[in-house]
Amino acid sequence: MVFKFGSKPGLLVRAPDGTLHAYNAVCTHLECTVQYKSDTSQIWCACHNGMYDLEGNVVSGPPPRPLERLAVNLRGEDVVISRA
Amino acid sequence: MAQLVDWVDQRLDLSGIRHFIAEKGVPIHTQKIWYYLGGMTLFLFVVQVASGILLLLYYRPSASEAYESVQFIVTQVEFGWLIRNIHSWSANLLILAAFAHLFSVFFLKAYRKPRELTWISGALLLFLMLGFGFSGYLLPWNELAFFATKVGTGIAGAVPLIGRPLLRFLRGGDDVTGATLSRFYALHVAILPAITTALVAVHLLFVQRQGMSVPIKQARELRAGKPLKHMPFFPDYILRDVLVWYMALAVLAALAAFYPWELGRKADPFAAVPAGIRPEWYFLAMFHTLKLVPSHVLGFEGERLGVMAFGIAAALLVAVPFLDRRASRDESSPWFTAAGIAVVIYLVAFTIIGYLAS
Repeated sequence: MVFKFGSKPGLLVRAPDGTLHAYNAVCTHLECTVQYKSDTSQIWCACHNGMYDLEGNVVSGPPPRPLERLAVNLRGEDVVISRA
Repeated sequence: MAQLVDWVDQRLDLSGIRHFIAEKGVPIHTQKIWYYLGGMTLFLFVVQVASGILLLLYYRPSASEAYESVQFIVTQVEFGWLIRNIHSWSANLLILAAFAHLFSVFFLKAYRKPRELTWISGALLLFLMLGFGFSGYLLPWNELAFFATKVGTGIAGAVPLIGRPLLRFLRGGDDVTGATLSRFYALHVAILPAITTALVAVHLLFVQRQGMSVPIKQARELRAGKPLKHMPFFPDYILRDVLVWYMALAVLAALAAFYPWELGRKADPFAAVPAGIRPEWYFLAMFHTLKLVPSHVLGFEGERLGVMAFGIAAALLVAVPFLDRRASRDESSPWFTAAGIAVVIYLVAFTIIGYLAS
């Protein structure tokens, strides 16, 4: 899911092992907002077809760097996301 | 009417203008059809100014109101839909005409001495037209416009050394927000029109001062003493010009009436980019090229290299008259023709591929 993180969009994804990962949802290529692509279980930027894995690493396409990772903490039912 | 002209003549002495009208001629040769493209570009620019002024009466340049005001224009204002469609379609036809004009001048080598400054002013006008397209695209504040602006300003941010300050200058901050919209509005309706009007005046002044260029073959024949036929500009040529404008207007009216320009959904800075997003067709070749450039090339970030390459290409375009020394001596320059053909093939192919790929 995409959420508001300060003035930027954030992305929260659940990996197959159940762990939660959060990223600054801004593509490192030209700053489009990335999204989860369910058919390939990857993070995708629709602008220039950049692909990241669920760890935020670049898999293919033009992005030069991994996504900026955010810290995820669980407090009971709440998911608290902060700068890593 | 004659009395009015006499009245003005007695006060302002119109003999210079009368002499200019009587003397001005347009050379007649097999390539003369390309002369119409400049006039057509100018006509479409005038359409843009007129329709843009009408849109200004109702448009509100803020993130909270821009989208709604365009919605109001196309649904509530009498003929608002037509004015907006005309403005959108005319913008596209204008850029198409400007590109066609540029390439026709290029292939006819009309940039050669003594018309270097005419070429430079024309090339700068083309960049300004692209600036108009880019800044105007954001104004409806819809989803596509928002992300296209994000990418476009992101490209500016990839310019070496000055990228970050340039990006902040364009966006009015780190992100595309209402501040960006205000800036683009000012750019679109005040700054760019002021510069463009001045540059169009200079461009036309150069054309009038130097007359129409003739192709190298005809120029050589002329020097060898073979006379070149001319057509009087007033009224013969101007009437033909008006006919071409009329045809452009007919195409524009048909497109505006039958193919409404979509408004899409309102921009949401926190939404994911919609699949299939792509910029306007005139940025597609650049967009697709940046898609293909790998993330790193020889240790450099691919996007920076891509942006640098486009910057160099723009500089080369402006410098063409000074690079093509053969043409300036009225000699044929086949390498420049071949380079021009390669550029046209690249632009057309990448635009089509970019369109189909997204």
